[in-house]
Amino acid sequence: MDITEMLSYGFMQRALIGGSLIAILCSVLGVFLVLRRLSLIGDGLAHVTFGSVALALFFRLHSIYMTLAIIPVVLASAMGILKLGQKAKIYGDAAIGIVSAIGIATGVMLASIAGGFNVDLFSYLFGNILSISSSELVIAAVLFGIVITCVVVFYNELFASTFDEELAKSSGLDTDRINSVLVLLTALTVVLAMKVVGIMLISALLILPAVSALQVAKGFKTAIVCSACIGVSTVIVGISLSFALNLPTGAAIVLFNFFIFLVAFAIRNLRRRR
Amino acid sequence: MSDKVLTVKNLCAGYHGSEVLNDISFSVNPGDYVGICGPNGSGKSTMVKIILGLMEPVSGEISLLGKEQSAFKEWQRIGYLPQGLQFFNPHFPATVDEVVRLGRLSGKKFPRRFNRDDAQAVERTMEWMGISHIKGCMIGELSGGLRQRVLLARALVNDPALLVLDEPTTALDPETRESFYKLIFEMNRERKATVLLVTHDTATIGKYASHLLYLDKKVIFYGDFDDFCNSSEMTGFFGEHGQHLVCHRH
Repeated sequence: MDITEMLSYGFMQRALIGGSLIAILCSVLGVFLVLRRLSLIGDGLAHVTFGSVALALFFRLHSIYMTLAIIPVVLASAMGILKLGQKAKIYGDAAIGIVSAIGIATGVMLASIAGGFNVDLFSYLFGNILSISSSELVIAAVLFGIVITCVVVFYNELFASTFDEELAKSSGLDTDRINSVLVLLTALTVVLAMKVVGIMLISALLILPAVSALQVAKGFKTAIVCSACIGVSTVIVGISLSFALNLPTGAAIVLFNFFIFLVAFAIRNLRRRR
Repeated sequence: MSDKVLTVKNLCAGYHGSEVLNDISFSVNPGDYVGICGPNGSGKSTMVKIILGLMEPVSGEISLLGKEQSAFKEWQRIGYLPQGLQFFNPHFPATVDEVVRLGRLSGKKFPRRFNRDDAQAVERTMEWMGISHIKGCMIGELSGGLRQRVLLARALVNDPALLVLDEPTTALDPETRESFYKLIFEMNRERKATVLLVTHDTATIGKYASHLLYLDKKVIFYGDFDDFCNSSEMTGFFGEHGQHLVCHRH
């Protein structure tokens, strides 16, 4: 593989930069979500994104505005998952399942009513990081700034309520607000990640770097930094492998993530035996 | 303004229409060590959750450190140690000092950043609790006793005026349980912290508590521990051998 040649292509540069930004977002938020047993929220919101894309295509929105148009729908769905769990006394996984099913059913229904779309709706399920445009890269960078700033600002509160919500509440923290911040940041990230690995694979990027980091990290901050490093390195290696071996990029990223998880798992077991 | 640490007036609570607490009233003075006892389902933990604002009552009034609970903001003056963490994950990647530091979040204003004072308070508390040597260890790797000690350090890191403990020794072996009780007693005596301790362990609490609140959905007895020992309520609940079982003191 000729790295210079690979880096000389504009689409590869955009893929590497955009992919790294998305990887950091997913893997940082993933640590909080995995520890709160909300890992599948990414999957649920990804299905809502699928339904929202169908809605945008149904109303013939230009692809440039599509991302911006579906953000409010996905944010509202994220809050819906949270409120269903709190108000309707439904467990989190059931709430995610309900919203997820509605999202995918809406997408399929709209595609059927429209008699099909000019673009392949199902291509959004698998995504193509190599087709990321300059304007999408700018949107990704702006949202990256927003999400990371929020995580830094709310870090201590997010940590406290992830460790134990009841203890956090007894300390006077507004855990409802913190939960809302987390699911809204996740929703923003899912909308962004859709283009990178496809919505079917978003869950993997939210979960795998986090669970790999949790195998080896000693300390909460270390886990977050470790997860971000794993996320970025797997995206870069995945893209490079797909370029060199002509493999599907999203699948390469996810499979390499799984390989890293196996390595982390082995390291954890080795440490225990010592 | 009342000088009581805690005042509960006509408190009623329930779940899904069934009554759990009925017209509970009592008050706690500074420096008191109150043992809260009662059978399973008597409403002990529900009452503690309501006092801490974790649950809404059906009716009644609560005031904390002289302020109505709804207006109370100084949560750093109250330390809380639950029976166990709500959904404790043994693989949670938090170190001992990270957990103790979390106690310093209460009372901080947004964006709740830690400073040098917090670091010193964390060091001081860990030293006092004898857990400095494990400050870099992961919380999930500790034994049940050590983990409760770390969570107690988290509750004490602000030097609280009121310490609320909800069956903190349930999962501990008898030896660790005894040393835990001694630690809390020492804190009550030396730091003058008011203690509210929910326990099933009526026999042990008699050695340490100055007051006893015996609940069974309503207040069966509240008062000085020695008065309880001479009361008809004590004989009614524990039989004539209760004196030996419950009322032995230091």
